[in-house]
Amino acid sequence: MSRVTAFLTRRRGGDRWHWTDVVTVLWLGAGVILMFGPAVWLVLSSLKTPAGLAEFPPTLLPYAAETVVVEGYDKPLPLFTVTREDGTEAVLAEARRVGTVAQMIDPANPDDKLRVNIAEREPVRAVGFAWENYTQPLVERNFFLYAQNSVFVTVVATIITLVTNSMAAFALSKYQFRGRSAVLILIVATLMIPLSVILVPLFSIISATGLFNTLWGVILPTVATPTGVFLLRQYMLTIPDEIIEAARMDHASEWQIYWRIVLPLTAPALAVLAIFSVVWRWNDFLWPLVVLSRQDVYTLQVGLNAYAGELNVQWHFILAMTVVTMIPVVLVFVFLQRFITAGIAGTGVK
Amino acid sequence: MATRLKHMAGAAAVAPLALLARVLDPPLRALQRVAGQGGMITFFLVPNMAIFGIFVLLPLCINFVYSMTAGPELFLAQRDWVGGAQYAKLLDCEDYTRPATCDEDLFWTAVWNTARFVVVQVTLLVVCATVTALILNRELRARGFWRAVFFFPVLLSPVVVGLIWRWILQRDGILNAAMLDLGLDPVNWLIERGWAFAATVGVTIWAHLGFYALILLAGLQAIPRDLYEAAEMDGTRPARMFWRITLPLLMPNLLVVIVLALIRAVQVFDEAYVLTGGGPGTATLYMTQYIYEVGFASLLKNPGLAAAASILMGGVLVVLTLVQLGLGRRGESKGKAR
Amino acid sequence: MGRITLTGIEKAFGHVEVLKGIDLDIGEGELVVFVGPSGCGKSTLLRLIAGLDRPTGGRIEINGADVTRVGAADRGLAMVFQSYALYPHMTVRQNLSFGLENIHMPKPEIATRIAEAARMLEIEPLMERRPGQLSGGQRQRVAIGRAIVRNPTAFLLDEPLSNLDAELRVSMRAELAALHDRLGTTMIYVTHDQVEAMTLADRIVVLRAGRIDQVDTPLGLYNRPANLFVAGFIGAPNMNFFAARIAGGQAVLPGGLAVPVPGRAAEGADITIGIRPQHMRLADPGAPALEARVTLVEALGAETVVHATLADGERILTVLPGQPGLERDAVVRLAFDSADLHGFDGAGQRLPEP
Repeated sequence: MSRVTAFLTRRRGGDRWHWTDVVTVLWLGAGVILMFGPAVWLVLSSLKTPAGLAEFPPTLLPYAAETVVVEGYDKPLPLFTVTREDGTEAVLAEARRVGTVAQMIDPANPDDKLRVNIAEREPVRAVGFAWENYTQPLVERNFFLYAQNSVFVTVVATIITLVTNSMAAFALSKYQFRGRSAVLILIVATLMIPLSVILVPLFSIISATGLFNTLWGVILPTVATPTGVFLLRQYMLTIPDEIIEAARMDHASEWQIYWRIVLPLTAPALAVLAIFSVVWRWNDFLWPLVVLSRQDVYTLQVGLNAYAGELNVQWHFILAMTVVTMIPVVLVFVFLQRFITAGIAGTGVK
Repeated sequence: MATRLKHMAGAAAVAPLALLARVLDPPLRALQRVAGQGGMITFFLVPNMAIFGIFVLLPLCINFVYSMTAGPELFLAQRDWVGGAQYAKLLDCEDYTRPATCDEDLFWTAVWNTARFVVVQVTLLVVCATVTALILNRELRARGFWRAVFFFPVLLSPVVVGLIWRWILQRDGILNAAMLDLGLDPVNWLIERGWAFAATVGVTIWAHLGFYALILLAGLQAIPRDLYEAAEMDGTRPARMFWRITLPLLMPNLLVVIVLALIRAVQVFDEAYVLTGGGPGTATLYMTQYIYEVGFASLLKNPGLAAAASILMGGVLVVLTLVQLGLGRRGESKGKAR
Repeated sequence: MGRITLTGIEKAFGHVEVLKGIDLDIGEGELVVFVGPSGCGKSTLLRLIAGLDRPTGGRIEINGADVTRVGAADRGLAMVFQSYALYPHMTVRQNLSFGLENIHMPKPEIATRIAEAARMLEIEPLMERRPGQLSGGQRQRVAIGRAIVRNPTAFLLDEPLSNLDAELRVSMRAELAALHDRLGTTMIYVTHDQVEAMTLADRIVVLRAGRIDQVDTPLGLYNRPANLFVAGFIGAPNMNFFAARIAGGQAVLPGGLAVPVPGRAAEGADITIGIRPQHMRLADPGAPALEARVTLVEALGAETVVHATLADGERILTVLPGQPGLERDAVVRLAFDSADLHGFDGAGQRLPEP
């Protein structure tokens, strides 16, 4: 262990432990447990059966009762370890249960029946994953549809965001025109106006335009992000004007200058914005919650919340669907973390 | 070989875009001939600004009108003009510190809950983020990994965050099991008023810590190393280095972090809503949830009242934003000086 | 064809007047260099000719046609930028072909033109590289190549060599001269480096504070500078200037030395006498000369730069051939031919010929 910590942390000069070294080790250790722990616990729990979830204190790993198929019985029967009166132990299957008494049979010899008090037996369990937690909501409930809706919203909103924001950023960074500062001020001023401030009137506009209960009603208000325009403009300002003048001398039209010169050179900033946009739109909650009131247009976030709000909370499904909702973001995190951290550190945008 | 593949992949990605450019060029070149460069500027601005105008600016403007009307009707034209009545209703109170004496008691409950939340959460969040950033700025092995550890929850959706912690904090959850193991009495985290408030504070800190730590870390890494080396040559002690070098030079970033955290804390909604639903009772009812409930969810729907409340909240946010822009400008000029 | 005529060109940015009435006629096939100190408006003038900016007054004609309101792309000119402005995301070949594709030139002809330019500039092995993978000199060639393939009416070059190191600058300068000879196309070249101007130009345009001070051949500028500014700007080290007074038909220098007046000036007038450091020599004993005390000797081998002060404290700089063996604090006597003197009136203008 000491070698591990020595590997993980290098101490501030010398051989003696400074108190800051102790704090560092404790903080990082607690960080790993606190930050990753809940997600790991969520994934482990999501693979438990309803019975497993109901256990208290909970087991760390998901267990499932082992079952056996016995001739003459339609369903697989659960196995139990039973202590016989003579003190010997045997693994028997439960054929039927009435009250506290269960009728047990030997799988090898189905005709040999034995009546056992349920207190005198232990279920035979092995680590097992309740995949039906995942398959059932996706197949039998609407979650597959919700996921489709979420993907549609995320992809379409991101594409529109990239195109419209980059066009506006191009105009605002590479042209001098009357009213430019007015537009810029407008954009900066609304940078921090959250949705919650314009929730009510925005909803009335969505209703008036017939976008209530449509995915476009979720998409459109989110795409003209001042943040995106701002971020792209700051980046485009670093592209030398001489390159654009060279293109103009080269007979390029303004559209070509945008599309063939400026956009390719803005690729790093576009990538950052694309990643942000995907995460934002995938995670959006309040606005879809307001706009979508029919199940068939729910996004995952809204569907999940509605599901968790039902009177009879079915945790085994909720946990599994929470994991599903988390997957794209975790993938983004694993593969694109560098872009995101660089983007945030560089711009302070989230 | 690898670069060749990369080039080919790049070419494959670019090919359809190049085609699109070729198809779009002739009509747009014609447009440029007709409309001139000024026309093209308009062309580039219009899509974004139209959407922005309809879905951001217009709502922002009609929000003021909306807040002066009453009734359950959604469309502005059908609503009754009541002038400042909604504001009067919100502000009618005998003693602002005791919501029960107010006409719109839920509003003031939400105001005080939010105020309490902002003070506690922002303080703890900034302290934790600073400590985290300082630790991540040390000479760690695998710093990228540690940074990722703290950053991981930032990307999770509020609904996921809320549900994860609801699962952990529930009565039969793993936290209570751990408490029992340690010989402590289990706590009804989400049912007891004080603990439910603490839970919303803790969970939102958990979710956002990494973001602010990252900004502060960037600030720390921008401090030139030779400053520390010079201070070391002068025999400066570590604690003094922190107070006299690190903290003053980190100040611009720290101020930005504080204001950003304030702005976000005022708007707290998603995580808390999923975690506690505002309960128990109204113990964790915050401003945004109040606006949402009054505007859309409650039986006594009153969109005008919600609009008025949102304008009051918007006013607070505008002030905070102006502060931030002022700080940003100062930081910018400092950055240039460097 | 490549005749460019500027008439009364003015340009102001807000209230700041950058160009205050420029009249200039550039002949076909000519290589004209704009020189002047930074801020004199030379780059602005080039951008106006290119069409990247619009003048606030005046007319620009190319081959007799008024192009003042014509956009940059349609003037038929090509420009080489100071930063080269190559498209970083395109290969060299794409950089060269971009402009040709934009005018929908047939593919085979594009290929021919690019091949020709690549051969001429010896950049054939670089065609598939990106600008980031090229050295400064190679980028410079690509930038010139991008201008050449367009087959322009005239080339505009904005300080094209200023980003190269000294050695490369000398060789590229020679190549540019050769290229101009070969293509015979009009070139307008902006620089602040007088050596570039002197070596390359057919004619040099000296600009100062938004006005043309003088237009002449390089040697014309050197031999007959029109005013004090041009006299001081052209030639290195700078020309020595002395205040003098006309007395008895002669110019009396500080220290009392009287010399013939270079030009016509009224009796009693205060004038300025200029003499280039290279035009002075150590005087024969007894001959009339300027006496000065040496303050610094810079021995360069082939020549020796001597800094000295006259009796009244005025500084004087001479470049003496060879190694005269002078030391600090020595007193030298300097002589010159009166034909090498330049005279300027009180307003700084060259004295009229006698």
